[in-house]
Amino acid sequence: MSPAERAPADRRRAYPSDVSGRITRDEAAHVARLARLRFSDEELDELAAQLSAVLDHAADVEALDVTDIAPTSHPHPLVNVTRADEVRPSLDRDEVLAQAPSVDDGQFRVPPILGEAP
Amino acid sequence: MTALGIAAAVKSGERTALDVLDEHLARISQRDTEIGAFNLVLADEARTAAREVDAAVSRGDAVGPLAGVPVALKDNLCTRGVPTTCSSRMLEGWRPPYDATVVQRLRSAGAVIVGKTNLDEFAMGSSTENSAFGPTRNPHDTDRVPGGSSGGSAAAVAAGFAPLALGSDTGGSVRQPAALCGVVGLKPTYGAVSRYGLVAFASSLDQIGPMASNVADAAACFEAISGHDPLDSTSIDGARDPVVAGLGQGVNGLRVGLVAELCAGSARLQEADGLDGVSAVEGVAADVIGRVDAAAAALEAAGAAVTVVSVPSAVLGLSAYYLIAPAEASSNLARYDGVRYGLRVDAANAAEMNVSSRTAGFGAEVKRRIMLGTYALSAGYYDAFYAKTLRVRTLMLRECAAAYAGVDVLLGPTAPTTAFELGAKTADPLLMYLNDVCTIPSNLTGHPAVSVPFGCGDDGLPVGVQLMGPALSEPVLLRAAAVLEKAAPPDGNAP
Repeated sequence: MSPAERAPADRRRAYPSDVSGRITRDEAAHVARLARLRFSDEELDELAAQLSAVLDHAADVEALDVTDIAPTSHPHPLVNVTRADEVRPSLDRDEVLAQAPSVDDGQFRVPPILGEAP
Repeated sequence: MTALGIAAAVKSGERTALDVLDEHLARISQRDTEIGAFNLVLADEARTAAREVDAAVSRGDAVGPLAGVPVALKDNLCTRGVPTTCSSRMLEGWRPPYDATVVQRLRSAGAVIVGKTNLDEFAMGSSTENSAFGPTRNPHDTDRVPGGSSGGSAAAVAAGFAPLALGSDTGGSVRQPAALCGVVGLKPTYGAVSRYGLVAFASSLDQIGPMASNVADAAACFEAISGHDPLDSTSIDGARDPVVAGLGQGVNGLRVGLVAELCAGSARLQEADGLDGVSAVEGVAADVIGRVDAAAAALEAAGAAVTVVSVPSAVLGLSAYYLIAPAEASSNLARYDGVRYGLRVDAANAAEMNVSSRTAGFGAEVKRRIMLGTYALSAGYYDAFYAKTLRVRTLMLRECAAAYAGVDVLLGPTAPTTAFELGAKTADPLLMYLNDVCTIPSNLTGHPAVSVPFGCGDDGLPVGVQLMGPALSEPVLLRAAAVLEKAAPPDGNAP
């Protein structure tokens, strides 16, 4: 196949003309809630601008028409890996719990899950 | 002294592992306050391990191929009972309850673990400036970065703190710092080296690789750590071709393709036919392209046939990577919730505790990538971005398969420039991301690639050239790298 035949330009539509401010502060705040992170308004504005810049760069991918191409989620075709169903030692419970921030009676201890809203 | 030289001397009884170790520990204590390569030096544990190697030698027991060789580990590789921080406040003080498979394999090969090296937090970065514990400096010029994210490992090898180090490479994190520090760095085939015990960043891309002062040492380290591991479900099963044994076979008749998209400005592109309209990645410096052209000439002089090939989707790699990697990272890093390990900031309820812990534990770049990945995977945007990037991966695999029908290996730059000054790119994340533009394609395809030093740029700092090949082509890549190593100007490799 010659380089010209494979040029991605064939697959590329025109870049969107307006490529700035793709993400607003409110959208950034929504994403932060999904990601369980907290930011000040100033940080949200900065993130919105930085994320917009990355998405602007990704306009080349966004503009591609690749509907006829199958997706690849892993570089090699993966097959399910199984093993014999035999009892084997697992990690030592005390060694694992020793790394936890808070334990109680052989278990991880956490603050109340129900009750006060975040 | 090289790693293989040390192993030979230790095995023959000419030197003791302890003596070799103390020499390296002395260098570390002399200069690492200036370089900052290590998060943790394991002097006592290493002396114990070195004495065990020496005892085995004096008993006449068989010792491994890396007997008595000091090795530095990137601090995202789990070491049982020994702090593994990922250079993050989130994991400060965490002691893993198990060893990574690569750590066990190094130990059984006779290697001596000398310490844990600095990195960009959770391996996210290209300069090692994103570490919560301060930056690492380039041993060639301490005003400059060592690259990243395996900057501590690259600097440790370049400064002579250890002849071998392990890094991890998700978008270039072994190869780019290797290039900037003037050492050899190999990103093996996805699945060639077990990732059990490597703290996950982007699981469809991550791969552990060796860094060394020379090709033979990198090859020996790769042989020691590679192979099937039932504890990693992405590990490739089956026999592997030996690497070290064939290193001296040369490149006579090898077909080498200079990648047009990575080499804008190369004299060879102007001479090649059929390249009209090829778009190339931006920002690769002219002096770096000059070294790639010189490498092509060196391979030709050794009997290889060099042509120019086009891999058009290479220009899409950066965009695809900076959606795929953050998407996978946002999912992988959801595990840091303040419950089972790592930092907890207490709050009145569990949800608020999760938010407070993550907000306090993660640094700015990690948060930025989690935000980007969460956005890319969120309702309404998934199809526009993430779903398309997965199809770009297919496109790239197809184009590489077409390229490898005509050539055996591909050649290009590793990093767009030589080492830059600390702080030069920290204000603009996208500018920093552009460091990975030449290394990302191999991660997206899962193919192996090696960076080998090949002289210096106009500023006198090391330049690395990159050889890329199809899956499991490490033997031929390293054989070609050995030819370049022999042909490289002698002054590019000593800080």
